Parts: sequence; C-alpha cells; structure tokens
Amino acid sequence: MGIWVYLAAGWVLLVALYGLVTSRNLIHAIGCLAVAQSSTYLLLLAVGYRRGATAPVYSDLIPGTRPVVDPVVQALALTDVVVGATVTALLLALTIQLRKRHHTVDPQGLTGLKG
Amino acid sequence: MTARTRLVMFLVATTVIAAFFTAACTEVPRFGSDFHPYGQRAVTAALAHRTANVVSSVNFDIRAFDTLGEESILFTTVLGATLLLRLARDEREHPPAAERVLPTTRLFGTVLMPITLVVGVYIVAHGQLSPGGGFQGGVVLATALHLAYVAADYRVLERIRPLTVLDVADSLAAASFTIIGLAGLIAGGAFLKNVLPLGTFNQITSGGTLPVLNAAVGVEVASGLIVLLAHFLDQAVEITDSDSQEAH
Repeated sequence: MGIWVYLAAGWVLLVALYGLVTSRNLIHAIGCLAVAQSSTYLLLLAVGYRRGATAPVYSDLIPGTRPVVDPVVQALALTDVVVGATVTALLLALTIQLRKRHHTVDPQGLTGLKG
Repeated sequence: MTARTRLVMFLVATTVIAAFFTAACTEVPRFGSDFHPYGQRAVTAALAHRTANVVSSVNFDIRAFDTLGEESILFTTVLGATLLLRLARDEREHPPAAERVLPTTRLFGTVLMPITLVVGVYIVAHGQLSPGGGFQGGVVLATALHLAYVAADYRVLERIRPLTVLDVADSLAAASFTIIGLAGLIAGGAFLKNVLPLGTFNQITSGGTLPVLNAAVGVEVASGLIVLLAHFLDQAVEITDSDSQEAH
C-alpha cells in the first residue's frame, strides 16, 4: 500500500476544499467542511495502522500475545469527531440566524453590511 | 472576486498543497509499519493503570487534560447555540400540534427507548473495559430520548425532556471534571492525577478515576446534546418570525 492511504486523505481534503470554494449554499459549505474534517480521521487512522494488528482493547486479549494498532491516534480521532460535531452545530446555528436576518444562504449573496 | 478568479486561485493553491503533501508523505513511516513508539508506551501505561481499553486510558488518564479542553468546547458550543437560537423580539412561539402516528411506529418507539437507554448507560459505564465511553454513550443516551419525537410527536418529547434540569446537569457535569482534577492535585500533587484505587484488571471498578471521569463526560454529552438539539428543533417546530406569520 505504501503511501497511497495518506495520499487518499489528502485527496479527500482537496475535494472538500473545492466544494467550499465553489459553494453557493452555506448548508452545502458546512457539509464540505465536515468532509474536510473526515480527511483528518483517515490520515490519523492510517498513521496508527499496523499490519496484522488488532484493536487496542485488552478485555478479551492477553497482553503481549498480538500486536495492536496505535491507540494514541484513535484517541485523537475521537477528539476530532467531537470538535467536528460542535463546529458543525455552531455553524448551522449561525446559518439559521443569517437566513432570518438576510433572507439568503448563498455566501456570494452576502455582500451588504447591516448595522 | 468573480467565481472564475476564485477557481483559478484555488487550482494554483491546490497544486502547491498537493505537491508538498505528496513530498511529505514519502518521508513518513510506511502505512502498516511496526514502528509506533507512542502507541507502545500508551499500551504499557494503560496496563500499568489496569485499564483494558487503551483508547479510554489515553483519553481520560494520559491525556485527561486535553479531554477537559474537549468537553469545554462542547459546553461552550451548547452555550453558543443557546445564545444564537434564542427567541428574537420579532418572533412568536407556538405550541406544537399533536400528530397522527401509526400504531406500529408508536410500538417501535416504546420498545426501543428503554433498550437504547440501557445500551447508553452500559457504554458509558464500560468505557474502561470495551470500546465506548462517555462521549459515545452520551450520544446514545441523547438519541434514546429523541425516539419519542420519531415515534410520537414533539409534545411527547417536550414532556420527557426537562430542559432546566438538563441545563443544570450539563453545567454540573462539566464542573465535576475540573473538581476531579483538583482532587487529584490535592491528593496526588498533579492536576487530574489518577489517585483512586486502581482495582482489578478487566473489572468494572478498574482504572481509578477513569470511570468517574467517563460518567461525568457521559452526563455532560447526553444533557448538552439534548439541550443543543432542543434549540434546533424549537426553531423548526415552534418558532415563526413575523414575516411568515403574515403570510399564513
């Protein structure tokens, strides 16, 4: 596999950025941001993968009998998921307010400033 | 900036990022290699603290201070959404209407809700032993409550969702994480130090402060998520602005 998994993570990030740049709808843009975030899950879990290894949980595994994948990056992926969910929630709340005050969700339609 | 210039700028930036990222990837250890120095040390540290789930040990023991930041982010988001989605001066709140539900859907909700609640508590309580923990179990618990909305209507959900109690529970759970940390500072000399008895490996009481922190995070995530979703659902179900009022 070599480095292809890392490159796939980079590809997911760039596809999401393309979506963000060309987005005409803020809900769609938030979806793109979630995709960009998911590229980091892929990168983290790819970094932690170990060939022939199992999950780092010893409730049904005698320590030392089998190699396990890296638990540190899995914990980081959990943090990543939580942060992603909270960012999405806040952005959606902001979008609701924008729709109410400016009557549009098109980021390119948001040109005027309101006092 | 026109859409065309933006796209050209994006393509230039993408080429640069892609080139440097690919160059960086050729230098990192290969995918699936045996070289995981941090992973090995985390496993040793988790086993020394008699915690079977190493991922939980990393989150709530080794990196507990980072998890304090993580749950503060969650708490701040709930605060932020409460502030952003409050009832504005030109908006009106309507009592939600009763809805007709298929009897089979109602039966599905009645059967599944207690099961989901038990699963949620199980996942929170066994965070130190098997995959799961406060964050995952908290989400399951919040989902269980919203089965009432799926299988009945919004009025039923409002009756089983004491928002004031959940607001207080959210704050108390967020504060208790810090208090457990301070207890570690007083008893062990370091913030969030694992000072409780470590128990027997692979038992529900193992891991010292880990199950306590898991429970605090479980309560916080469950109540925070219910409060967060309540504000979004209120926007969709109960609140109309003055413009749409006139259109009716």
